[in-house]
Amino acid sequence: MIEVQHLCKTFYVARRGAGFGQALHSLFHKDYEEIRALDDVSFSIQEGEMVGYIGPNGAGKSSTIKILSGILVPDGGSCIINGRVPWQDRISHVREIGVVFGQRTQLWWDVPVMDSYELLRDIYGVPEAIYQENLEELTDLLNLSELLKTPVRQLSLGQRMRCEIAASLLHNPRILFLDEPTIGLDAVSKLAVRKFILRRNQLHHTTVILTTHDMQDIEALTKRIILIGKGKILLDGTLDDIPGSHGNMEQAMADLYRNYGI
Amino acid sequence: MGGLRLYKRYFLIQVKSAMQYKTSFLLTTIGQFLTSFNVFLGIYFMFQRFHAVEGFTYSEVLLCFSITLMEFSLAEAFFRGFDTFSGIISNGEFDRIMVRPRNEILQVLGSRIELTRIGRFLQAAVLFVYGIMKSHVLWSWDKAVTVLFMLIGGTAVFSGLFLIYAAICFFTLEGLEFMNILTDGAREYGKYPISIYGKRVLQFCTFVIPYALIQYYPICYILEKNSSWWYPFLPLLAILFLIPCLCLWKFGVHHYKSTGSY
Amino acid sequence: MKKYFSFFRLRFSMGLQYRAAALAGIATQAFWGGLEILMFRAFYRADPLAFPMSLESTSAYIWLQQAFLALFMGWVMENEIFASIQSGNIVYELCRPIGLYRMLFVRSLAYRLSRAVLRCFPILLMAAFLPSPYGIALPPSPAAGMLFLLGMVLGLFVTVAFTMLIYSLTFFTISPAGIRMVALSALEILSGSILPIPFFPKGLQGVLEILPFAAMQNVPLRIYSGDISGNEAIRALSLQAFWLVVLVGTGVILMSRASKKVTLQGG
Repeated sequence: MIEVQHLCKTFYVARRGAGFGQALHSLFHKDYEEIRALDDVSFSIQEGEMVGYIGPNGAGKSSTIKILSGILVPDGGSCIINGRVPWQDRISHVREIGVVFGQRTQLWWDVPVMDSYELLRDIYGVPEAIYQENLEELTDLLNLSELLKTPVRQLSLGQRMRCEIAASLLHNPRILFLDEPTIGLDAVSKLAVRKFILRRNQLHHTTVILTTHDMQDIEALTKRIILIGKGKILLDGTLDDIPGSHGNMEQAMADLYRNYGI
Repeated sequence: MGGLRLYKRYFLIQVKSAMQYKTSFLLTTIGQFLTSFNVFLGIYFMFQRFHAVEGFTYSEVLLCFSITLMEFSLAEAFFRGFDTFSGIISNGEFDRIMVRPRNEILQVLGSRIELTRIGRFLQAAVLFVYGIMKSHVLWSWDKAVTVLFMLIGGTAVFSGLFLIYAAICFFTLEGLEFMNILTDGAREYGKYPISIYGKRVLQFCTFVIPYALIQYYPICYILEKNSSWWYPFLPLLAILFLIPCLCLWKFGVHHYKSTGSY
Repeated sequence: MKKYFSFFRLRFSMGLQYRAAALAGIATQAFWGGLEILMFRAFYRADPLAFPMSLESTSAYIWLQQAFLALFMGWVMENEIFASIQSGNIVYELCRPIGLYRMLFVRSLAYRLSRAVLRCFPILLMAAFLPSPYGIALPPSPAAGMLFLLGMVLGLFVTVAFTMLIYSLTFFTISPAGIRMVALSALEILSGSILPIPFFPKGLQGVLEILPFAAMQNVPLRIYSGDISGNEAIRALSLQAFWLVVLVGTGVILMSRASKKVTLQGG
């Protein structure tokens, strides 16, 4: 259902040195640095699969997610999701995906969660009956009933993340992108979020693509991992393919990154 | 569901959010009232000394100033999303907008509605009434319609300028200050009928950016300095200005999709 | 002293980074200056006798005002500082071996100077090439030039000292935005940035000229354009010095109260 072939993307970023002289210098001249965010990336993901997309900071994870969600157009390569090219057919494509950016909220800060949900219902044009059904299920599984009437600013981070995830699923997307969904959460909330994602996948066969630095997320959720570093796919397999993955996971990952020189 | 209904939903959420901070809302509204009051004081003191400028008397200048200010504050209240677009780009909100199946412009408009601008509008309205009472304009339906056209056309022109500003944000977040010439500058210097700045400025404001179409010419009609039948319709002609602005915006979105937020 | 200097250097070079912002600023200010002068020209033509300054002095006043906008405008304040005061993070600054008032003062000076330095020369240069009543000429005498420079320094310091009061009041109020707005609106109109003080009605003018707001841009700009000279200039400069002492004194007291409050209550 997701078919990615030979994706390439290069960015040019202005570089600026430190110090007084450099500050003066940059007044008149700018240096650009070429960053190959994606360099011939290919993979395919089946419907209902859960995939961990991992790699160090700046490896190209978020560029990939942006391309898959139709925000970014690659320089080269192809990407077909449910028979569509995401960036060419943005509006119909995004109806079928849900995106959770762990670091940012999509809920309105000062009003009860419920108001944000109703806005999302209208944005996605979800029919009332289906909306009610989805909301009931999500409320039930994520334990939201107490939270829906509370303004978002009064929620704890863990509570907010639960509401956030539900917000991304109100329109029943077939694909869910989770970008660091457990960042900053306490142990209880982490477990709750993981449990929910598994459940969602079982019940609705939702395809889940997860980027994270938390290796326990990966262990708990995904069989398959795709490791990306410096814009290249370095490994596409299972956790067992990582040497030492049965011992200390963090250590194993650090060793792996070092071996690949990323 | 229609765009208008969705906008209404956004609007209600904004009202609800604003009402969460009633004191702050009130203070900011009063502040809005005060800041443009200084501009009025400037005019007032000048006319303590001078009786007329370029044939315009105090009350005539007041009418001109208040209508321009109303146009500006309407645009600012409803198109605030574009006015603060650099923030929407830099905090990643635009990515969120792009993963939703709706027109980008509608979502940007909905995401920021600045109700405190009512303070500025109120002041403009008060000055308008004051100007009407001081002046000797004999009001008739065609003049009233001219004012209405001015408000519509003026809001459109200012919104177009905000749109240009937002489109530029896709390319750079630096140096946007120069747009102030066109937006704040127009508000600030629009206090006097444009003809006082000389012929060339008037030509620029007629053919390049149609400020004069929403200010000088219709004002001349209202003050009976020129009675051409087509003067009242010039503000509506100014709405065409939105076309190049929209093109620039489209171009900006296109650019954003190829470079992301780099 | 050295630590203040290196702090100043750091802040100054931070301000220099924004090339595009500076270019945009120059364009904006040139444009605004031009329109402002065209406006005054229209009034001058309407009734030259009612015009309180010469058109040349008015033009010089406006170009200097635009060139040195960053030095004297009230709103050139750092949101970062407001935010750190409101969040209580300012308490970390108290850990450094440097007085809070002095540090913020130096920081504000550097911020204003770095913004002004990039912008002033192109504008002054352009204005110097404009034909007579619309451009800017050299000051009437070398002595006036010296007094102008002195007035600039004093005016900048008075402006910074006034913004320091706004920063310190932020510690004590729940709605700093309100105070800021009122204080800055007052500054804007009373300091002569909307209308040079000679354009105010006679009675009001006398009052305005002794207020601290007139000790900001009003004095140096009018000395340069020859609108104030001789004994009158000396008196204006002394008044600037007086207000500087008063404002700094009040600011230091307020700030030390504020930092006590922060350390006691934790923000």
